[in-house]
Amino acid sequence: MADNKYAAYICSGCGIGDAMKVPQLEAIAKKEGKMAIVKSHPFLCNAEGVQTIRDDIANEAVTHVCIAACSRRSKTEAFQFDGVAMSRANLREGVLWVVAAGKDHDEVRQEMAADYVRMGCAELKKMTQPAGNVKESSSKRILVVGGGMSGMTAALEIAETGYEAVLVEKTGALGGMTAQLWKRQPFKEPYAAAQETGVAEMAAKIAANPKIKLHLNSTIAETSGAPGRFVIHIAQESGTVTEETVGAIVQATGFTTYDMAKLPELGGGQPNVVDQAGLEALAKTANGGAIKRADGKEVKSVVFVQCAGQRDDTGTHLSYCSGHCCGTSIKQANYFKDQNPDIDTAIVYQDLRVPGMGEDFYRGAQEKGVTFTKGKASKVTGGDSCSVTFKDLILDEENTIAADLVVLATGQVPNAGVDLEAWNPVVTAADGGDAAAKVARDEMKTISILNLNYRQGPDMPQFKHGFADSHFICFPYETRRTGIYAAGPVRRPMDILQATDDATGAALKAIQAVESVAVGRAAHPRSGDLSFPTARLEGCTQCKRCTVECPFGAIDEDERRFPVFNEERCRRCGTCMGACPVRVISFENYSCDTVGSQVKAVEVPEEDEEKPRILVLACENDAYPALDMAGMARLTHSAFVRVIPVRCLGSVNTIWITDALNAGYDGVMMMGCKKGDDYQCHFVKGSELAHYRMSKIGDTLTQLGLEPERVQTQEVAITDNARVVKLINDYVAELEKLGPSPMKGFG
Amino acid sequence: MTTANQSAIERYRNNFLKEVEANVEEGHMVKMCMQCGVCAGSCPLGNAWEHSPQKIFMMIRAGKRDEVLGSDSMFMCTSCYNCIVRCPRQLPITHIMHGLANYAHRLNLAPKGQPTRDFATLFWNNAIKKGRVNELTLTLRHYFRGGLVSGIKEALGMQSIGLGLFLAKRLNPMEIFGGHGVKDLKGFHAIIAKAKEIEDRKKGFTA
Repeated sequence: MADNKYAAYICSGCGIGDAMKVPQLEAIAKKEGKMAIVKSHPFLCNAEGVQTIRDDIANEAVTHVCIAACSRRSKTEAFQFDGVAMSRANLREGVLWVVAAGKDHDEVRQEMAADYVRMGCAELKKMTQPAGNVKESSSKRILVVGGGMSGMTAALEIAETGYEAVLVEKTGALGGMTAQLWKRQPFKEPYAAAQETGVAEMAAKIAANPKIKLHLNSTIAETSGAPGRFVIHIAQESGTVTEETVGAIVQATGFTTYDMAKLPELGGGQPNVVDQAGLEALAKTANGGAIKRADGKEVKSVVFVQCAGQRDDTGTHLSYCSGHCCGTSIKQANYFKDQNPDIDTAIVYQDLRVPGMGEDFYRGAQEKGVTFTKGKASKVTGGDSCSVTFKDLILDEENTIAADLVVLATGQVPNAGVDLEAWNPVVTAADGGDAAAKVARDEMKTISILNLNYRQGPDMPQFKHGFADSHFICFPYETRRTGIYAAGPVRRPMDILQATDDATGAALKAIQAVESVAVGRAAHPRSGDLSFPTARLEGCTQCKRCTVECPFGAIDEDERRFPVFNEERCRRCGTCMGACPVRVISFENYSCDTVGSQVKAVEVPEEDEEKPRILVLACENDAYPALDMAGMARLTHSAFVRVIPVRCLGSVNTIWITDALNAGYDGVMMMGCKKGDDYQCHFVKGSELAHYRMSKIGDTLTQLGLEPERVQTQEVAITDNARVVKLINDYVAELEKLGPSPMKGFG
Repeated sequence: MTTANQSAIERYRNNFLKEVEANVEEGHMVKMCMQCGVCAGSCPLGNAWEHSPQKIFMMIRAGKRDEVLGSDSMFMCTSCYNCIVRCPRQLPITHIMHGLANYAHRLNLAPKGQPTRDFATLFWNNAIKKGRVNELTLTLRHYFRGGLVSGIKEALGMQSIGLGLFLAKRLNPMEIFGGHGVKDLKGFHAIIAKAKEIEDRKKGFTA
């Protein structure tokens, strides 16, 4: 550490110099911050200003730089110095723009700026610039699980981008569900007629591509390791097991159609009532000729029943819409109309949903005379003459249509493997020696797709309705298993065109993952982050909180129950760091110390000065930008707050709260992302965990003689710039009513 | 086979739709309705209709021939064109309504005594006689459509307006004897006869 040299650069541009006493800030950086070099500049981010810093790095051997200027989110290209640790004191968005203008506020503004300089210097002292952990032998091959449309597309995209793909398909042929179709919905101009599926051409391309290694009749027996070093045991039907090493995984295991037998009221199981897959089979047999029923009779009239066993609000069937079925029924009605325009085709729908260019296809079918009727079917009977009874929602009456054939549009059920929420209690019971649980566990394991040997379970977590995990709102391909991407209908219901787009996206994400992991960078969402968590195991109490709370299953346990960090699986959110009760987990540039020292660096005024201090721990993904944007919009808030950005609210360690309250802060406010089912947390569970942890500290506060209101947790979205200002001002007003913290003066 | 099954067989088939397409002005656009209901919501007289255009189109597709052709809804259209302007599928709804009314009238399935239907008939018969409308005979025929007593009552009710028109030389009592016609009345009648012949041929009427 003897070689560390610290320097602070204070910008007086953008009006900072007019509103604040820069020489005083310089003095603070020098004297209190103990910076070896302190300089100010009227325009720090211009070429000359940046050059000053570069020269000091080159000539004065500066290793740590504190920039007291604009927000850390601004001018990131100008202030980028390789190999140098850097902290940013936010004087512009954080002080100048949010503190009310005018002489009356000069004092509090200057105090705020001084504190941010102190904090910037204090943080810098505790930081080390991470070098990154380059892994020469990291694999860049990508495993694709599932050989349907999504899987084939992913494999081809991977190969065409120049990477090697390993494609594993359970059956003996490629094509999956698409191969079962007679034709597919139109995906090219003019979107008027059904098109060939193209499965045979794709399969031939895959067979001919030397970059794709194909395993047919195969399943995954075991997946171990981490991104860049996954070891896959591929079991063939014959019993032979092949081992492949890959860097990332695309899971494109598709869907199964909802079982018609569960719909007896809609004629499921009765003769001449088929599902959409059943009709495809009849159309394939007809091969362009007249479509015949199973009993050989030519179909002269057909009724399609949409939403069969879907969008069900009784809880019996699928509650969601599968998205493709309206388009599929339109396509299948076309099969009949194209062959013989006199065949009567009726589609009974509740809401016709044809995403993308499907509207043109819908119009095309109307032109051909397909009858569309808005209604809800209540009863279907099969037999020689089938009938569909439904409520016509336009005419508001019960009606019955007779037909030779009825087609039920049943939905997509994802093939997502084991549901971890059901799995975990069974495994806990089995580990405890429960014989029945052991049997249940082994049975559950048979449907597993990836057979991961992670401590968190054999498949990726499931999102709503049993679909494979997805950061649905912000990053659809991301799952909670780093380097494993779900694509196609296993992720959400979709049609072929959407599935091919989805597979292409997932393939690109997988490529990003293998490239990032090879140089030790985080892939997502802290793309490019070279830091990773380390634990001082001599201080560890084996409490397992980090392993349990890590949202990404990045931490395993060794035989002695110590955590084993898999750097390649880590997203660098710091949830483990926030969880650790003994504070042994840290990053080189983000730790209990980097934040703790900032908390302590703030000068807390005496009780009689009537200047409260409020610590705001703001998530850097949404809350901190919202605060910055409040500044940009020149919305003003109290100058009594001191904001520290955190990687995720999940990384907030309670020691920071304790430190702040001990130091005499009057309150602590945490701002994180929306939690719950529609979470917006970049790290999925971080915000939720923080709320949970904070719900537990109320008693502790009361014991200390503090009001529970002194610690608050808020959900903030990136668009909430006006709201954050109100939250802060309301909180300051609330704390002023509460009076100064009784802890003041003891720190 | 029961009657219920019999009627089910005819339901939601293309037969009535095809009839409408062949015989009703712009009838080929009926199948393009996507049941959004904007026409029904836009109609200023919507409350007065038994069936909105949206419903009429659905009834055609559901094969409800008697209900559609017996409906008086088409006669309620005031040709404000709100629905045409707003229809996202560009259906010429007003024209279809008039087409349907005309078709129902010619088949004599339209409701008897429907005022719009009656007045339109009166107007047409009056106009083609001399090639121009005879206002005096048209109004008198209209007043006396319900019989002598109600006709006298209605005419007396309008007498001050009639007197005013007469004094302003806007009403000639001599018109009651047939009135004046267009210059080439024979030619006019030939045009009408030819037009009717063409229309009948197109719409499949033999008479």
